[in-house]
Amino acid sequence: MNHPAKSAAFLADPAHSRWHDHALWFIRQKRDSAAHQIDEWEHLRTLASQIKAHTMAHLADYLETFEHNAHQNGIHVHWATDAHEHNRIVHEILTKNRVKKVVKSKSMLTEECGLNPYLKEHGIEVIDTDLGERIVQLRHEPPSHIVLPAIHLKKEEVGELFEQEMGTELGNSDPQYLTHAARKHLREHFLSADAAITGVNFAVAEEGMFVVCTNEGNADLGTAITDLHIASMGIEKIIPSLEHLGVFTRLLARSATGQPVTTYTSHFRRPKPGGELHVVIVDNGRSNLLGDTDYAQALHCIRCGACMNTCPTYRRSGGHSYDYVIPGPIGSTLGASRDLKQHGDLTYNCTLCGSCTAICPAQIDLHHQLYAWRKTYVDQGYMPDHKRRLYRTGAWMLASPGRAQLFFGLTKWATRLLPRWILYGRLNVWGRGRELPQFAPQSFAEMYKEHKKE
Amino acid sequence: MPKPRVALFIPCYINHLFPGVAVATMTLLERFGYEVIYPEGQTCCGQPFANSGAHEEVIPLAQNFLRTFTGYDYIVAPSASCTGMVRHHYDPYVGDDPAYAPIQQTTYEILEFLHDVVQPEHFGVSFPHTLTLHQSCHGLRELELGVSSERVMPYYSKVESLLKRVDDLTLLPMERADECCGFGGTFSVNEPDISVRMGQNKLDNAEATEAEYLAGFDSSCLMHLDGIARREKRGIKTVHVAEILAGTVR
Repeated sequence: MNHPAKSAAFLADPAHSRWHDHALWFIRQKRDSAAHQIDEWEHLRTLASQIKAHTMAHLADYLETFEHNAHQNGIHVHWATDAHEHNRIVHEILTKNRVKKVVKSKSMLTEECGLNPYLKEHGIEVIDTDLGERIVQLRHEPPSHIVLPAIHLKKEEVGELFEQEMGTELGNSDPQYLTHAARKHLREHFLSADAAITGVNFAVAEEGMFVVCTNEGNADLGTAITDLHIASMGIEKIIPSLEHLGVFTRLLARSATGQPVTTYTSHFRRPKPGGELHVVIVDNGRSNLLGDTDYAQALHCIRCGACMNTCPTYRRSGGHSYDYVIPGPIGSTLGASRDLKQHGDLTYNCTLCGSCTAICPAQIDLHHQLYAWRKTYVDQGYMPDHKRRLYRTGAWMLASPGRAQLFFGLTKWATRLLPRWILYGRLNVWGRGRELPQFAPQSFAEMYKEHKKE
Repeated sequence: MPKPRVALFIPCYINHLFPGVAVATMTLLERFGYEVIYPEGQTCCGQPFANSGAHEEVIPLAQNFLRTFTGYDYIVAPSASCTGMVRHHYDPYVGDDPAYAPIQQTTYEILEFLHDVVQPEHFGVSFPHTLTLHQSCHGLRELELGVSSERVMPYYSKVESLLKRVDDLTLLPMERADECCGFGGTFSVNEPDISVRMGQNKLDNAEATEAEYLAGFDSSCLMHLDGIARREKRGIKTVHVAEILAGTVR
């Protein structure tokens, strides 16, 4: 609801906010050098966009093909229209298998559905096994980035957390030491878990299989140790066939972190002997975007996080300032499509610089979407009245050259005559960190008139 | 042969706050043999309202633009952002007006016009100073005056290419040269804290080059950056590239 206030709070710690900006810019630079090693990079982006557009146009068919082929492979496929149904299905599968503890690898969909609190309420313990996710889970806060969930924290803060939670040495924040401690801590949970939950990066319709990408191998360890694997996927994760997969795996890790490929790109085709494999396919509002000329492209997102890393606002306000499960440019447009009244003002935290659109591996027109959402936001009457009136008056003033002259003329005399304490009073938001522009003695229109008389 | 007639499109705030940029634009066009007319009746193009979602307010402004600027060979503006508005965002407002298509095709940003249409070999001016260039977003990513750092394609920059045709000028490369300066129109007052921080970071990067001038091609970015620089008593001066090319700032 209040991105400007939350950003102000974030920026109030200059050292930390500077560090956050630099850390993410560093990843942006790694992405740049990785992308520049691929001559056909822009072609790959175009292909990705075309594959996604084609798939979305035939989504129902591809989902049914996937269901059919997955079933042939021995995978149980479930359909959930919304978050609650997803949670209920997952809970039922877990109950049927008498599961007490689940290890879960990173999945923004389960965050979106609020699966962790739901299962906790029903007496099932969920351990997030991605290191960043485990850190935010222990801190009882949501991830602040979709690829780097704990990027808002410095290693010292992680050190203090681990000291409380895992009994690590006081004041030791050496990343290697802390990672080893987390590894040991997580191993115990892996070994005592009854089931594994993962997300899905890509589901291949023709093969009835799916791919999970991680850098830590936590999805693989969880699914290897336990006999029950539940994978949650949004309907938009489907791609037609294996030949399309390579386009996305080449784009994903390079865009996300600048790596040529994720460390683990695991293909799941059938349950392990004696085990069970379930896929829950979730809509949760996604199908509303299908066929929408302005916003359908948001479904092309492969969740690489590149738009966040490049976004000048995100880097300077942090993921928690967005108050939506997914932050950054893609989060602002998805949030607006989820609930325009609640999240629509997120679309105003953008300068329309267009960097997100230029970097998106699936060529989503992100900043155009934010631009378009603002129009709908105003149309539906969500812009606060005082702001709406301000725009109306402003447009009226500027609509005639005479009134515009009067407006600028009055402002000019105000800047000259008013004492500084009034001119830079509370209402002057511009003037909080900036001097007002200096008016020229004569406007160009006046100079031009004199020039023509000569 | 009669001289081609160019209509000057001077964005409202440039008219009142930065007339020097408008004079530079006019000077350049006249120097290269164009008949330059400043059509009366022009006012705001509507961009601040369109960018805020207040699209009802844009319609009369866009209609006024068509009335004012119909009948010229070219329309040239010293603002990438306002040019982008007319060329790329007017369609929903005046798209079905037959007057729009010719205007859409002949509206140029001044540096783009110099680079693509005028194509002078040299500007015949000297600028014996060091400067660094802020690659304003709308000029770069919307009008494609250059290749932005996200893209993987052969590099070009129309603005840098023009600056090379000025004597004695030293262009110094800046870190994050095409990161947004934080102005963003109404963003500057909707998100004042982020806006100012972005501007401060831009100025830090510019100052790190030790250049005397921070040059740009959108006066709105420069207004914001100059406002921060003056508040914080920073030494670096801002200048519009057109003023350098015209020789009106030396």
